Amino acid sequence: MERNDPRSRSDAYGSRINRSHSPLLANFVPWASIVLASILPIFPVATALPIVPPLGLLMLLAWRLVRPGLLPVWAGMPLGLFDDLYNGQPFGFAILTWSMIMLAVELIDTRLPWRTFWQDWFSAGILIFGYLGAGWLLSGGQPTVHSLIALVPQLVLTILLFPIAARLVATLDRFRLTRWRAV
Amino acid sequence: MAPTGSRRSGYSRRAQYNLFTGYVIAGVGALIGAILLALSFFQPQFFGGLRGVAQDGVSPATETAATVRTGSKGFWDTVSGYYRAGSKNAELKREMEIARIRLAEAEAVKQENVRLKGLLDLQDEEREPVAVARLVGSSASSTRRFAYLGAGSNDGVTIGMPVRSPRGVVGRILEVGSESSRVLLLTDSESVLPVRRAGDEVVAFAEGRGDGLLRIKLINLGINPLAPGDVFVTSGAGGYYPPGIAVAILTETTDDGGLARIVSDPAATDYVSVEPIFEPEAALGAATPIERELSE
Repeated sequence: MERNDPRSRSDAYGSRINRSHSPLLANFVPWASIVLASILPIFPVATALPIVPPLGLLMLLAWRLVRPGLLPVWAGMPLGLFDDLYNGQPFGFAILTWSMIMLAVELIDTRLPWRTFWQDWFSAGILIFGYLGAGWLLSGGQPTVHSLIALVPQLVLTILLFPIAARLVATLDRFRLTRWRAV
Repeated sequence: MAPTGSRRSGYSRRAQYNLFTGYVIAGVGALIGAILLALSFFQPQFFGGLRGVAQDGVSPATETAATVRTGSKGFWDTVSGYYRAGSKNAELKREMEIARIRLAEAEAVKQENVRLKGLLDLQDEEREPVAVARLVGSSASSTRRFAYLGAGSNDGVTIGMPVRSPRGVVGRILEVGSESSRVLLLTDSESVLPVRRAGDEVVAFAEGRGDGLLRIKLINLGINPLAPGDVFVTSGAGGYYPPGIAVAILTETTDDGGLARIVSDPAATDYVSVEPIFEPEAALGAATPIERELSE
């Protein structure tokens, strides 16, 4: 059978015979990718405007919306705690907002069990808008009109980046479930 | 994607409890976050140690990235330098000649300065920088404007020290880790710096607006004497910064001062130096509330 079709005994995740998923990878990849994305925004030196999207939050939203049921509803707390170490906001901001975002997505899941990508993108956009607005209000500094205007490019960029984050999550998900382990 | 059904627990007690506990933990997490947030509003330096450790942890990566960033910037400067090289070269030569003449004049003024200071018995002490390091990163996704510096308490950096580049003021040390520290940049909305106009004694405050510009607020109100193009330098008031370092150039005048651009963009600097606090006693006095008097 293999001589006719080499991929006959495999699916998108690799061979189905003699191979199994790696439990470590399957559980580790979502958390690791969000943690890594939380660290990334400190690398560029942005002095004028907050121009780099909150990549950690973007990955959290993408994992939660593209693969519902994978991250537990309480995932916002530990991941937010880590993000708070690097995001420059007052400590506790990401713990609070990420936890609330996870609960909000849970609510959306209950109300609209069947969604298309557009609806996911729309809900992500609303949540990102709320998150950045809250970040402006609770930054520890005086919230001025000028810093609010300065937020607009970041908001637009973040919302536009969501589909790319979703595709990245889909790729990482295939990687996560590839059958690496020989049994 | 299709709903997973993991929210439907069915008759399994275990599944029901698991589900319920998940929601409870999420709610408690949000509550803990709110408490920590309130705590860090009242005690902003409370979590500084934790963040310092985290920053130290990634400093090998950020240091490497900073090296690559400054290196690649030099490369682009080299490439763009070839664009219209001939006319630029001629112009630079003219400028250079004038600068040489001015330099000679400045030497004469310096000599005279030394002589006059000798007459007045004033002594200039050399100010050695505490540390010289790269800006390794920034809070690029936050509304606040912080930068991370690749030197910390192991290099002698302490909170409050001014950070400057060869061009001018960059900011002030806010939190210190052992290998890295956090810098409050001039453009942050919480940054206030006493300045004066270079050339005369018009004093003002330079406040960050949070959108990359500085707001110059004159202390003596009245007729606004400022004009676009005025250069502001540190006045030395407050005791943190030594006087006479370039801060900003005015771009626009308003009723009570104007809007200015910073002279030293931290993104364009290679190395910055951390300097000791100019007058520690004055800085302490400025930080002490009026109700409480300084001892001695």
